[in-house]
Amino acid sequence: MTTVDTPVEPGRGRVRSAMPNGLYRGLLVAVTALFVALVVWYLVSIIVQARPAFSTLGFSWIFAKVWNPEHGKFGLLPFILGTLETTAIAMVLALPIGLGTALALSHLVPHRLRPPLSTTVELLAAVPSVVYGLWGLIVLAPVFRSTVEPFLSSILGWTGLFNGPNDGVGVLLAGVILFVMVLPTMVAISRDVLVVVPNEQVEGATALGATRWQVLRKVVVPGARTGILGAFTLATGRALGETVAVALVIGNSPFIAHSLKAPAATLASLIVNNFGEATGTELSALFGAALVLLVIGVSVNALARVLVRSTDRAGAASVAVA
Amino acid sequence: MSTTLVVDADSDPMLQRRREIQATATASLGRRKLSSRIAVGVCWVFLGIAIVPLIGVVAYVVAKGLPAWNAAFFTHVTTPEGIPGGGVWNAIVGTAEIGFIATVVAVPIGLTCGLFLSQSEGRIAAAVRFTADVMTGVPSITIGIFGYIAIVRNFGYSGLAGAFAIGIVMLPVIIRAGETAFRGVPFSLNEAALALGARNSTVARRVVVPTALPGTITGVLLAVARGLGETAPLLLTIFGNQYMQWSPTKPQDALPLVIYYNSSQPYADLVQIAWGAALLLMVVVLFLSIGSRVTAALLQREKR
Repeated sequence: MTTVDTPVEPGRGRVRSAMPNGLYRGLLVAVTALFVALVVWYLVSIIVQARPAFSTLGFSWIFAKVWNPEHGKFGLLPFILGTLETTAIAMVLALPIGLGTALALSHLVPHRLRPPLSTTVELLAAVPSVVYGLWGLIVLAPVFRSTVEPFLSSILGWTGLFNGPNDGVGVLLAGVILFVMVLPTMVAISRDVLVVVPNEQVEGATALGATRWQVLRKVVVPGARTGILGAFTLATGRALGETVAVALVIGNSPFIAHSLKAPAATLASLIVNNFGEATGTELSALFGAALVLLVIGVSVNALARVLVRSTDRAGAASVAVA
Repeated sequence: MSTTLVVDADSDPMLQRRREIQATATASLGRRKLSSRIAVGVCWVFLGIAIVPLIGVVAYVVAKGLPAWNAAFFTHVTTPEGIPGGGVWNAIVGTAEIGFIATVVAVPIGLTCGLFLSQSEGRIAAAVRFTADVMTGVPSITIGIFGYIAIVRNFGYSGLAGAFAIGIVMLPVIIRAGETAFRGVPFSLNEAALALGARNSTVARRVVVPTALPGTITGVLLAVARGLGETAPLLLTIFGNQYMQWSPTKPQDALPLVIYYNSSQPYADLVQIAWGAALLLMVVVLFLSIGSRVTAALLQREKR
């Protein structure tokens, strides 16, 4: 090594763009502050724009039943109910089916098939929601109109939940589309937490004579409980805030739906459908709807993050113990 | 002496209890096996129920979208219903420009924030981290509203307003992915570089960022995939434009908008265009998602 003999000039070439540590740290802090400022700007601007609606209509308008801009009525209750109903349908379907699928993918499917199937599910989580909406409107709505809704009305008509004409589009279809849309999220995250349950615990339970299902129900699922809850909550957040997929299939009616087959609207679909023509108080009311949606969305997501984070710790701990 | 060690089996409570347990377990074995079969079977059925609609969506989009793909689809602008030869060239240009601008602005900001978070502990960093986490799941329509209030109200509808909104959708994803990737760099590498007299910025530029490159690229590509598929923020910011518009300072069109507006049209040729656009968007997004995994795997292998 002859190069060793060449004396090294200190700092040459090396310091080309090295900035002082203070400046470097300052840059990082400044850019992070920019992000925080952007988030604050986002929250404040929606609150400020929604204020006229609150000052002219009071706080009760959020839970008023009638939305009729021509008569100055801007009740949000039909849309809050629509949001909650569609999300409830989606999650009632997504919890058992998503969890069952995640269990199958993590513990039942032959080992060789697990990676490709899990990757497929993760990729499906990236399919844009508008594509699900298109599929729901063109493909699923006619099937609902001709087959699913008449069938449900005939066997569950006595509940009173399936009154009215079979339109295809409506609360039920919107809920089902949301279910299909959030399913990959639900499955992918649940699978992730189910596979980190220590294998020793599974083997221990099996050695004690537990059947396969007893192992899954009493060892695997409890071990991943918080993570599953986090996945469920994250998926709920996605369903609550989804706009276009719902707007395409819910039928967009500003009245409280008295049947699962009836058209309705959600907070998000209300905003996209009325935004173009709205002015004055109506526009402010739409900003108010966005604020309500934002508050619901942020609370659900904050909860989900707390849950998922606590499993990160629990997961790491249990791995360390094992 | 030894006789005292012989346990009287009939009177020892431990053994009695064990026998009881064995008897119960044996008696219930058939029932437990049956319920296990049923429950595991239900899991398999659920797997089937989950796969059918998901594969159905993809299969339908491919089957209905491919016939829409012809030369005019990729090179011509949108035509009104009934006039054949329409395409989505204007929407492709809009989506590409909006995606490009959003990426170019959001990636450096996001990665710098990620770098900050990866080096910081304490309450403020934890709060920023939590904010970024919550922002990844905030309803995207509210971000569209923000784009409308902040940009559209002052400068009018434009591709740039759309890029602003999409950038905000992408930013938290990039921040968290960047932080995770930068945290994966062993601290001993940092220490070694610092011991050689490098300044912090040099360590970041020459050690941390290059080492964390695979994870960073994966995160950025996933964020781009997410941003390109967003529809709601664009609906409130870029307005849509059926004519060719190269300038992002004017109202532009985008693929998600084409899908959204055309799908509810009563004309078969417009719905056909929607399917074609859906296929194109899905292919691009899946390409980015798969590409991110492949890139990460390749870079990871190269390093070893």
